[in-house]
Amino acid sequence: MKIEILGMGCPKCKKLTQNVQQATKELGVEAEIIKIENLDRITEYGVIMTPALVINGEVISPGKVLSVEEIKKAINSLIS
Amino acid sequence: MKNQIKIFIILGGLLLFYFVPLESFSFRNPLFEALAMLNMYAREHVIFSLIPAFLIAGAIYQFLDQNAVLKYLGAKTNKVLAYFVASISGSVLTVCSCTVLPLFSGIYKKGAGLGPAIAFLYSGPAINVLAIILTARVLGWQLGLARAIGAVIFSIIIGLCMHFIFLSEEKERQSNGELQFGISKSDPDGRTGLQNLLYFLSMIGFMVFANWAKPQAGDQSLWALIFQYKWHLAIAFVLLFIYILVNWFQQQEITPWLESSWSFTQQILPLLFLGIFFAGLLLGRPGEEGFIPSRFIATLVGGNSLSANFFASIVGAFMYFATLTEIPILQGLIGSGMGQGPALALLLAGPALSLPNMLVIRSVVGTKKTLVYITLVVIMATISGMVYGNIIN
Repeated sequence: MKIEILGMGCPKCKKLTQNVQQATKELGVEAEIIKIENLDRITEYGVIMTPALVINGEVISPGKVLSVEEIKKAINSLIS
Repeated sequence: MKNQIKIFIILGGLLLFYFVPLESFSFRNPLFEALAMLNMYAREHVIFSLIPAFLIAGAIYQFLDQNAVLKYLGAKTNKVLAYFVASISGSVLTVCSCTVLPLFSGIYKKGAGLGPAIAFLYSGPAINVLAIILTARVLGWQLGLARAIGAVIFSIIIGLCMHFIFLSEEKERQSNGELQFGISKSDPDGRTGLQNLLYFLSMIGFMVFANWAKPQAGDQSLWALIFQYKWHLAIAFVLLFIYILVNWFQQQEITPWLESSWSFTQQILPLLFLGIFFAGLLLGRPGEEGFIPSRFIATLVGGNSLSANFFASIVGAFMYFATLTEIPILQGLIGSGMGQGPALALLLAGPALSLPNMLVIRSVVGTKKTLVYITLVVIMATISGMVYGNIIN
């Protein structure tokens, strides 16, 4: 599983990254977590509100810091 | 080599402390002014403007549906509407440049195109709710209002100019792809629009009346009457606010709201106070002297001449201001003799552009468009400074 976090380094992006790390740890899933700070690549996803969470190339939540629970739910729905 | 550098630094430090002109007034006074400026902000602006402003900014982020605004910036939107929305959407969308730039890039490449993207880029930093509140509170409501109106009007004009200058390129360039708008925020409680409106009004009402300015002596108007009862009115709004929170909100909504207010505070407050410190150090409080002599400021940007306005615009365009720090810096400058017109020029050109920000814009739209944009910003800021300076005088 490939999880990307889009954002240009604002505090909210860091918070989202932490939540993602915790969610994957709690679920015990193998995931590659990548932070994307390059503006062009953020725009390629069509995301204008950062931070955004992208799992396996699909934009899950633009412009929102998801909680650990919400991230777990999103991961679970993709696995099953 | 390493050791040599260390010796050099230590010797330099010792020499500095040996010769520091502690007794000199022109050395001690700026230090005193820096602390006095911090003292003034901590006493006068934190409780009654900054804290409510951060709470309002957090509430906007948490409770207003940003997608209601964003969807008008997509590729298929009516162009007239797109300009209008882009010019005012900064008030509900942005606080820092790290969120402005993805929006700008997205609107330009996949949304409504160059004109609206530029309009958004220009007005965003000037009309976010924190900037308007603090400008009006510290620099006076006239300048606060002029800043907001100037930013909106000129953002549309600059956007249109950019669109027509690069018309042929814009026609060739097809916006491709779709913008990802967020999932609409739903109200778990199902508050009505009116209830949400009252919630915002109660916070704004408190702030307006708590900061009600003292009328001139002998003034018998409504203004003076309100001033007499300002604390009664402010407390009434606080009570309304508490009533609303208790009755219409659930705990799981209040926590994220406070969290986002807190995250704005963390992001902005330390840099703001650093800015206040340096404004005091270099410029002093109004009427006092910092390191930079007042007559120097008055010569460069005093009055309302073309050169003063132009100079203020250029400096504003290239200098980097962290969010809100433009306000204490301008307060220092105005106190040292800067004219009202140049002050507005700097307020309009300042937060919209900076050298680091230009480099990012260049990477999105290219060198030519960036240069034209900078030129337009400087010209427009100069003109609006001159017009405003004439009106005020």
